[in-house]
Amino acid sequence: MSILIKNGRLIDPANNIDDHLDLLLKDGLVAAVGKNLSVDADETIDADGKLVTPGLIDLHVHLRDPGQEYKEDIASGTAAAVAGGFTSVACMPNTQPVNDNLAVTKYILSRSEEVGRCRVFPVASITRGLKGENLTEMGELKQGGAVAFSDDGRPVENGEVMRRALEYARPFGAPIISHAEDLSLVGKGVMNDGFVATELGLKGIPWVAEDAMVARDVMLAEYTGGHMHIAHISTRGAVEIVRRAKERGVRVTCEATPHHFTLTEEAVRGYDTNAKMNPPLRTEADLEAVRRGLADGTIDAIATDHAPHHRDEKNVEFNIAMNGIVGLETALPLALALVRDGLVELNRMVALLTSGPAAVLGLEVGSLAAGRPADVTLIDPDCEWTLAADQLVSKSKNTPFGGWTLQGAAITTVVGGKIAWQRAGQQ
Amino acid sequence: MSFGHKHILGIEHLSREDIFQILDTAAGFKEINTRAIKKVPTLRGRTIINLFFEASTRTRTSFEIAGKRLSADTVNISASSSSVVKGETLEDTARNIEAMHPDIIVMRHGASGAPHYLAERLNCAIVNAGDGAHEHPSQALLDLFTIREKKGSLEGLKVAIVGDIAHSRVARSNLYALTRVGAEVRLAGPGTMVPPGIEKLGAEVHHDINDAIRDADVVMMLRIQLERQGKTLLPSLREFSRFYGLNQDNLKLARPDALVMHPGPMNRGVEIASSVADGPQNVILDQVENGVAVRMALLYLVAGGEAAEES
Repeated sequence: MSILIKNGRLIDPANNIDDHLDLLLKDGLVAAVGKNLSVDADETIDADGKLVTPGLIDLHVHLRDPGQEYKEDIASGTAAAVAGGFTSVACMPNTQPVNDNLAVTKYILSRSEEVGRCRVFPVASITRGLKGENLTEMGELKQGGAVAFSDDGRPVENGEVMRRALEYARPFGAPIISHAEDLSLVGKGVMNDGFVATELGLKGIPWVAEDAMVARDVMLAEYTGGHMHIAHISTRGAVEIVRRAKERGVRVTCEATPHHFTLTEEAVRGYDTNAKMNPPLRTEADLEAVRRGLADGTIDAIATDHAPHHRDEKNVEFNIAMNGIVGLETALPLALALVRDGLVELNRMVALLTSGPAAVLGLEVGSLAAGRPADVTLIDPDCEWTLAADQLVSKSKNTPFGGWTLQGAAITTVVGGKIAWQRAGQQ
Repeated sequence: MSFGHKHILGIEHLSREDIFQILDTAAGFKEINTRAIKKVPTLRGRTIINLFFEASTRTRTSFEIAGKRLSADTVNISASSSSVVKGETLEDTARNIEAMHPDIIVMRHGASGAPHYLAERLNCAIVNAGDGAHEHPSQALLDLFTIREKKGSLEGLKVAIVGDIAHSRVARSNLYALTRVGAEVRLAGPGTMVPPGIEKLGAEVHHDINDAIRDADVVMMLRIQLERQGKTLLPSLREFSRFYGLNQDNLKLARPDALVMHPGPMNRGVEIASSVADGPQNVILDQVENGVAVRMALLYLVAGGEAAEES
């Protein structure tokens, strides 16, 4: 089985390539990259006017499987992924049961083999049952296929536990992903603390709840030499802390979500529960800081924090609504908007969605070098489309971008040399 | 002149003209409350449901009496603090009630935005009787009514609002209402009880009660929720009363004819000394009395306002 993708603008940040080149995929691997390749392929795709990039990688999604399949499952979540141009996703362990043991990790991997549309990389929990007390069997979990460890959804509150997690995971080559917030400062907050919360009469979550925990975690990384990855960074203070730490050579990486670089706390007005998330949408200054961090390399990856919730969990009073939004199908156009607005270079944006997350997790995907897995995303950067929430491929429809006119989309997603998805109206 | 709003969700959305229309309408209704037969047929045949998810005696009773004096059929429903506790969603609760075809739902809820949520989903008029820490519009309007009645006008008055500003829907609604009619608002409270950015709504912010009440025409004290003490917001009630309580001494800083107001229920000896609460400057029971007239006006206006002419 071979596919030849011709005439596209091929952007492969891992190999410093940005040129009009043809790409040949064969037997699940990248076979060749070059000018005017003339080979007989089983299928030839004309990518004229399109971008050809390594398959996009989302290092932070919630597939809700096992346990909460009414929100999403491995089949629907990976279908949403390929529809959004993603060929690899890393799924968080806050499932039911928690992915804190090999049986759950193996289930996720085998179920993905069976029904998945893209590659799935399980993230196992740092502590058993996400309780923040005892470390999981990280060695066995890593060997069994877990790529990182995180108690996402909750911080590891105990500093000693976090220190030991970094020390223990280090020789296994797995990053610790921190959901950084000081819960004592979060209290019962439901949105960003500030003027909008004051006006709406909603309890606020102060930015310092994130900054303080990011500072602790960065210092623990510095102390232990372990790899600390900060999930969904959202405040200017936290971005600055990571920037300074990187300058000192600390092994710290971080990700930002499309909603944190696109929306501010203003989106909560009207008590829209689709604007309720954790960390909360912040201020214009925070959004600018995140954008700068994406542009200058402080932030290593764009991640969606794809968090599907059933309609019944969002269609309630704001303060009891679940946190989070779906993100797999809107990430690419929102990232492309950064490029159109002149905030992030196109190459850099592609890196944030490919080589960046691959490097954080140590994956062999995210590059179009010969011999690498044939994961490719064809992108039409110009097509305009209006997002209808009920048309989302994801099982859940909780998005604040419903009705938005978006520009740019993945038109063909190739996973392991096979076309996993094609946008309607494409050949 | 017809009233331009289907719902009363908050003062934020009311113009100066709306506010005066409500106050003037209330003035017309006030007299009914002192008649021997305290009833007019204005809203005869209309159904008003008081849907209270939070405990309330005075506001609920006030709305109930207001409805009854206009000859509406009023029904009270008390639900647990959150509909979810009972396993039914707020939307389902509301749809069940709507199926009984009320004309107006008067709603109190512990969640900010809950009446807005219903207003988007139901066809009847919604009157917010207090939502979380957001707004309490009828309270602010009865406060304005009382001030205007005693002072003749509202413009240029200096009004001090003192206490737990952060958690007070009364403070927010009054701030919107008073600034809109041209009064000057000073807020005072402990650092833990003044929310960020509140000065952007047009208030002077103080942390010394004396600065707020100096030369004030009105001193409005807020109720301190006793359970907040010792939970990081307040070291003790004793300390609060010492620094933020209204007493005979600091009241002297206000104008000699200053009004003392309180939305009730009062914690005597905490935010307000008994001697002040019972003193000659207090208009606290006038507030309660006027509450009925103001709520009659609100129900009348959201019911369409024309019924009065028909009858």
